[in-house]
Amino acid sequence: MSTEGKYVAAAYLVVFVVLLAYVLIIALKLQRLAQEVAELVELAQKKQRDPERKAVAVG
Amino acid sequence: MAAAIALIFFYAPLDEDGLNQKIFYFHVPIAFTAYACFGWGGWKALRHLWKRDEGADLESYVAIHLGVIFGALTLVTGSIWARFRWGHWWEWKEDQLVLFLVLFLFYCAYFMLRYSLPPGPQRANMSAVYALFGVALIPVSVLAIRLSQRFIHPVAFNEHGTNMAASQFFTFCVALAAMLTLAATMYSIELAGKRLDARLRELREALQ
Repeated sequence: MSTEGKYVAAAYLVVFVVLLAYVLIIALKLQRLAQEVAELVELAQKKQRDPERKAVAVG
Repeated sequence: MAAAIALIFFYAPLDEDGLNQKIFYFHVPIAFTAYACFGWGGWKALRHLWKRDEGADLESYVAIHLGVIFGALTLVTGSIWARFRWGHWWEWKEDQLVLFLVLFLFYCAYFMLRYSLPPGPQRANMSAVYALFGVALIPVSVLAIRLSQRFIHPVAFNEHGTNMAASQFFTFCVALAAMLTLAATMYSIELAGKRLDARLRELREALQ
């Protein structure tokens, strides 16, 4: 490859790598959000199944 | 984007700059996209201060974040082009380059300001005012090449129109449209993620 070609390839590669990094960061964030949604659904279901009990004096 | 790359490498003819000119089709649209993102961020900041639009602060922040990413790409691709064409990575005497760097650093400092304040209306207002100040630098940066006495940086557009063949201009337009579409997609995805994050935080607080 000519020197000129190497510079062109480097410029396009930089753009590609930065965009790829951005997509990866967004994908990781979406994964975290999906996990958080699953946790919240579990928490809501738990609350629905097991409503707050009133404290009762014993003994 | 695929169409733009195909046009750049298989349709657009080479000029006296040789193969290195292929960088122009990505470098200039990326720079214009950075300006568009900063401009959009400024517009949303104005909407926040003027109309108190709900969510305008977040939209302004996301636009400026993307502007900084595209700004960094502009500087890097420009430097690679300059290294081959001029023999060095940077030219401090070139007004347009220095003004673009000033604009880029100005918006980098936006994040320092934003994250130095606690979340709330004060942070939103201060960030919006700062973002609006930056907008004033955009026309200066764009017009710098016309104001400059030195013309090392190539001039693609002047008062007589474009300094390129029709096929080159067509390729440039497709590349610009592709880059703006990419930025708009990134903006929508990032904004949706941030809004979802905020909603989930509210939901967690309500459930606990």
